Amino acid sequence: MKGSQAIIKSLTDEGVDVVFGYPGGVLLPLYDVIYDSDLKHILVRHEQCAAHAADGYARASGKVGVCIGTSGPGATNLVTGIATAYMDSAPIVALAGQVGTPLIGNDAFQEVDTIGITMPISKHSYQAMKPSEIPEMIRSSFYIARTGRPGPVVVDLPKDVQEGELEYPENITIDLPGYKPTKKGHPLQVKRASEMILNCKKPVLLAGGGVIHSNSSEELKHVSELIEAPVTTTLMGKSSFPEDHPLSLGMLGMHGRKVSNMIVDECDCLIAIGCRFSDRTTGDVAKFAPNAKLIHIDVDPAEIGKNIPVDLPIVGDAKIILSHLIRAISQSKNHNNHGWVDYVSKFRAKCLPRLSFEEMPLKPQQVIKEISEAVTDETIVTTDVGQNQMWMAHYFTSRNPRKFISSGGLGTMGFGFPAAMGAKVAMPENDVVAVCGDGGFLMVCQDLATVKEYDIPVVVCVMDNRYLGMVFQWQKLFYEERISHTKLKAMPDFVKLAEAFGVNAYRVERPGDMKETLQEALKSGEPSLIDVMIDPNEILPMVPPGCGLTEIIGEDEVERGNPDEIPHKFSAKETGGD
Amino acid sequence: MDELRSHIISAIVMHRPGVLQRVAGLFTRRGFNIDSITVGPSEQEGLARMTIISTGDDKVLEQITKQLNKIIEVIKVRDLNADGTVTRELCLIKTHATSERARSEIIQYANIFRGRIVDVGPENLTLEITGTPEKIDALIDLLKSFGIQEIARTGPTAISRGSKTI
Repeated sequence: MKGSQAIIKSLTDEGVDVVFGYPGGVLLPLYDVIYDSDLKHILVRHEQCAAHAADGYARASGKVGVCIGTSGPGATNLVTGIATAYMDSAPIVALAGQVGTPLIGNDAFQEVDTIGITMPISKHSYQAMKPSEIPEMIRSSFYIARTGRPGPVVVDLPKDVQEGELEYPENITIDLPGYKPTKKGHPLQVKRASEMILNCKKPVLLAGGGVIHSNSSEELKHVSELIEAPVTTTLMGKSSFPEDHPLSLGMLGMHGRKVSNMIVDECDCLIAIGCRFSDRTTGDVAKFAPNAKLIHIDVDPAEIGKNIPVDLPIVGDAKIILSHLIRAISQSKNHNNHGWVDYVSKFRAKCLPRLSFEEMPLKPQQVIKEISEAVTDETIVTTDVGQNQMWMAHYFTSRNPRKFISSGGLGTMGFGFPAAMGAKVAMPENDVVAVCGDGGFLMVCQDLATVKEYDIPVVVCVMDNRYLGMVFQWQKLFYEERISHTKLKAMPDFVKLAEAFGVNAYRVERPGDMKETLQEALKSGEPSLIDVMIDPNEILPMVPPGCGLTEIIGEDEVERGNPDEIPHKFSAKETGGD
Repeated sequence: MDELRSHIISAIVMHRPGVLQRVAGLFTRRGFNIDSITVGPSEQEGLARMTIISTGDDKVLEQITKQLNKIIEVIKVRDLNADGTVTRELCLIKTHATSERARSEIIQYANIFRGRIVDVGPENLTLEITGTPEKIDALIDLLKSFGIQEIARTGPTAISRGSKTI
């Protein structure tokens, strides 16, 4: 069989049923096989959207997403999407065309060093130099992408390698002596962690994206209820824990909920699971959780101690470690003492954010409140990057894992819409809503053609304030209101723009209209766009860069009560000794 | 702040194109410094040994070894303890040697340092010396007065003492 046929066979053997791609000169042999294969190919309108769609597909389903771009500009257009997936540990395989092997290094037409360019932004990369390498290479790529800490893998496919002949092996063995991710946590560390937890007074759980990647939301809930610890999340961890649960605090960090920032500041034991302590989560690291012993559970040993010193690391798969932790803790007798939880609940009740605003222009909080009312627990929401993202992260109530998808690490404007497209393709039974800003959506609006052509019924909500809101906010707060190039003076009429693509469009300008419009758009079963005209002057409460998490601006002062009155949850007698 | 120290990192890697780029790229991207790096085949076919000398505090060293371990083609990484390690470097030095006296002095120095003369020209000599980087530095210092024309150093390579392997 030919190399190109082997590529498609390898993909189907991995269970791939859909790929997002864009053809090109060196991909002619591959696309000639796709022409009559069962593999569904979605032709995007820009390769960046192919990578983001594969990413959205992966995050929504937990399966590996696949994108394809041609050599040179096709590959460089994939780069932003690959870097986005890398920063957020999303499992994708990016197939890139390459000029024929005799031409490599000659600066041939559409030649670029894809391997060199993607090395620092991918978990691994391969270049096939012989057709016979293809089966093992693709098998290994999928294995590496989905195991351990997931991430993107790049496969560079020269044209002559796609055309050459090979004998497809019956059994493919992958040989990766340098790749053995740890799964099971060290039992002694788990035991120590359980003792530390049982002996603390004010525990808090911090859930990151790793909880979602490892499908351990159930275990997280079990632990939090068992030890009566409130749960906060990072941006990537949002949706790992039901945010309407009595123990939920909401997101932590620069744009986090006040209660989360204050309670993490106060806690005496922070149990962090699958998070990497990004600067947006911790604020000034010297002031982060100053009173807490820190337990860090992560599958990637390099994350332990990278940004924050850790008292007790456990390396391994969060699902396995949490279940072992549950077993270890359950063996101790639980004193039914709600002191800490009561204290946290009372404080939380005092600093719930205001969501209802009747005034005009429309406030984003009101829009998000109505979005929350219009969707169900099974709706997948994606966000773009900027104020729209932080408003959603801050105000939107997320209940189920893999139902909130956002570009956290790289912060890629233009992510929300193509990611929604990928999520909808992966989960056709679920409603999918993309909440974008006007700036970010305009970067990828050409893919309205894709959702129209393939009838991918996502609903795009454009939070339209004619500003690059987040940078505008920082200019107002920290740069003496010198509004440099954040006003979008000439913008399209988004309703007409959508209609030009044959996509249904609505405009919302008044409080109370969003819920109904979104429900109608979702019910239509067709791709739709809602242009939501919002107040450009609404800013978010935030922790200024370089400050500690408690130094929030834009929120009212709230009395915290006296934490010293909290009694011990477990008595030393019950937990001491081995 | 921890003390800055020079570390000898020994790594067994797959002997494939691109591995050196991955390792070097990692150091650049994460802001780790490389004082020297040597690569060559190891005792096992298909595997190469890299010896990297890097300066940093303990936290940086921990990150270097962990990040190196994340590279799929890196199989083992060890920070070699300086006391329990044999470190050697090879250096070729081409020096001016126009007079008889200069020639005989250079040859004597070479002998004292257990070096060898590997090439003789009408107006120069080329020495080969192997040893610790400090020993090589000392010989270079001595030869400066004759006028050194060229130096080629391999950078140190290292192996642990006794029966210990990485």
